[in-house]
Amino acid sequence: MSTLRVSVWRGGTDGALQSFEVPRHPSQTVLDVVTHIQRRLDPTLAYRYACRVGMCGSCAMTVNGAPRWTCRTHVDAVAKNGALEVRPLRNLPLIRDLVTDMRTFFDKWERAKGHYESSRTKADDCARIAPDSAERKAIDAGIECIGCGVCYAACDVVSWQADYLGPAALNRAWTLVQDARDEKQLERLRAVAGDAGCHACHTHMSCTERCPKHISPTAGIAGLKRAVLKATLKGDL
Amino acid sequence: MSRRSDTFAWIAQRASAVVLALCVAVHLVTIVYAVRGGLTAAEIFARTKGNAAGFFFYSVFVLAVAVHAPIGLRPVLTEWLGWRGRSRDAFAVLFAAVLLAMGMRAVLNVFV
Repeated sequence: MSTLRVSVWRGGTDGALQSFEVPRHPSQTVLDVVTHIQRRLDPTLAYRYACRVGMCGSCAMTVNGAPRWTCRTHVDAVAKNGALEVRPLRNLPLIRDLVTDMRTFFDKWERAKGHYESSRTKADDCARIAPDSAERKAIDAGIECIGCGVCYAACDVVSWQADYLGPAALNRAWTLVQDARDEKQLERLRAVAGDAGCHACHTHMSCTERCPKHISPTAGIAGLKRAVLKATLKGDL
Repeated sequence: MSRRSDTFAWIAQRASAVVLALCVAVHLVTIVYAVRGGLTAAEIFARTKGNAAGFFFYSVFVLAVAVHAPIGLRPVLTEWLGWRGRSRDAFAVLFAAVLLAMGMRAVLNVFV
């Protein structure tokens, strides 16, 4: 049976790569490889996963230099010369081995007012949103985010500016800016405007290139810039 | 700076970029056209001295540069050097003043 040479980050920020030999299998994913190491070779390896089917967004790691969702990344697609290097996601505080602290990532969703707010109750009639309206289509394009942090790890602006909200939080804000039912539009635009918000984006598009759900946060951020511009020119901001 | 002034700075930078795109195009076309067959400093001054349209055009060019470049310098200083806050913005304003002074000095010498 052929084997794969796998280097895995161990320890905290002052840790180092540790090498393992893992048996190759057909249709093997990177998560399968990491799980094999923990279950068969070194049970002290810390990593995070839940659903294994690309829904929960918890298993993202840096694989051969690029952030990826490991449960849906096949070894065949990313191994170079029979070798894999697996590190934690960058731009997030490292807890241990392959586990990062996601709190700053999700705190920024809150800072960007990335939650739906409405005073409507079940007693109110349903809002009527035309499925083919531009707003609904814009929401559809961005709504499937699973919060994996891949875009955040891919973003150079986050690495340069620690307070930058980042692509995922801004993408979520954009889907809400397009939501006719939401009642905190101006507050949200104020939250995402400025040099720590949408205006910091350099349109490198690393987030768009890496998003496993094929969302384009770059497009959402450009939309936020337009929305903030309109609100500013109207004197609302 | 506040989020509102960040936003105005962003608008000013985009607006000045539009002006600069036009100015650079006109400038390049003009100099390529003007130097056909060679051109001396004396010939340039003969054409530019007292030229009100040229003075106006290059004054707008310099103003757009003085607006555009310092705003763009702010994130460069933050992202490369970690410099942020009021001191960074004061430096950007100083940089704008230097660009404006040097640019207008050149415009005055060439057109007046």
